[in-house]
Amino acid sequence: MSAARTTAEARVARHPSSGKVRAALQTVGLSLVALLLVILAMRLVSDSSGRRLDKALAAGKSPAAPDFSLPRLNGDGRLRLSSLRGRTVVLNFWASWCVPCKQEAPLLQAATRRFGSASLVVVGVDAQDFRSDARRFIARYGLTYPVVHDNGASTATHYNVTGFPETWFIDRSGHLVGEHVKGPLTRRQLAENLAIALKR
Amino acid sequence: MSVRGLLLAAVLALLLAPPTAASERHPTLAELEHEVMCPTCHQLLELSDAPIADRIRAFIQARIEAGDTKSEIKQRLVSEFGEAVLAAPPTRGFELLAWLLPILGLAGSGLVIALLAWRWTRLKPEAAKPHLVNGFSELDPKLARRLDEELALLDR
Repeated sequence: MSAARTTAEARVARHPSSGKVRAALQTVGLSLVALLLVILAMRLVSDSSGRRLDKALAAGKSPAAPDFSLPRLNGDGRLRLSSLRGRTVVLNFWASWCVPCKQEAPLLQAATRRFGSASLVVVGVDAQDFRSDARRFIARYGLTYPVVHDNGASTATHYNVTGFPETWFIDRSGHLVGEHVKGPLTRRQLAENLAIALKR
Repeated sequence: MSVRGLLLAAVLALLLAPPTAASERHPTLAELEHEVMCPTCHQLLELSDAPIADRIRAFIQARIEAGDTKSEIKQRLVSEFGEAVLAAPPTRGFELLAWLLPILGLAGSGLVIALLAWRWTRLKPEAAKPHLVNGFSELDPKLARRLDEELALLDR
């Protein structure tokens, strides 16, 4: 033990700066690792925010719908979700290349006609798609409800969208209610979820 | 840098620059399929048979025929699908880490190896010097005991 200490002391005496260099390297290394862990943790929390919404809904809660502002495809400027507060919103994620989206579009357009835009707004969020293709789709199916383009699909990620189409229902106060429908909406799913959303 | 090094660098630059410039001005579908991702399946375009991948291939082919450069085609794709459509991560924001970490890792390892090598070369002359006691080299105690025992056997 004492021999070892003597050797270490002798080494330090020979290289007085080596201890400082090692300490500095350790500090820099540890700081880098800590910084990386913090960044990764923040990234994970932001990625899992969509799953958080599904969990809350499954637990019978009504989480606030994440706000967004996206450019309109069938109109000028941008649409901010929070500007629709006071109206029930059917938030439908779709893409023009998605086959079930073609079956669903007439149902959503019919709901828009039936309820009028004063009480209910269908908002289409087109993602992972060419804008020109989406505009052709809008024209082909005669969609009059607002459709926005989600470049990079970041809004779809916030809403935990893993395929197309998917639909969320938002009540007048801006909270998610009912069911997160994955796949094409049926008439029954639309009626049941609208009944929940319009009642609140 | 020596004259030979300069010449070598110049030859390499001449050899590599024209193909790079040509590829930028006249890209091929195969090249871009290797540099663009399918946004739905997160695979390289060349590996994907998703509907959107076929659509992107058709778009790239149309833009090549229209005379767009590689950068212009990539920029158009980014404006439609975001930065994630590019296979190489962008050089800003969080994605910058993907470029910086390997460089930092290499630089850090190089520094550690250089420091260790420096210390090792400084220690070596002293460590290599035999430890002398009264002008004689100090023996390992085990070896010394064995030597004593064997010499004692000879003395008998």
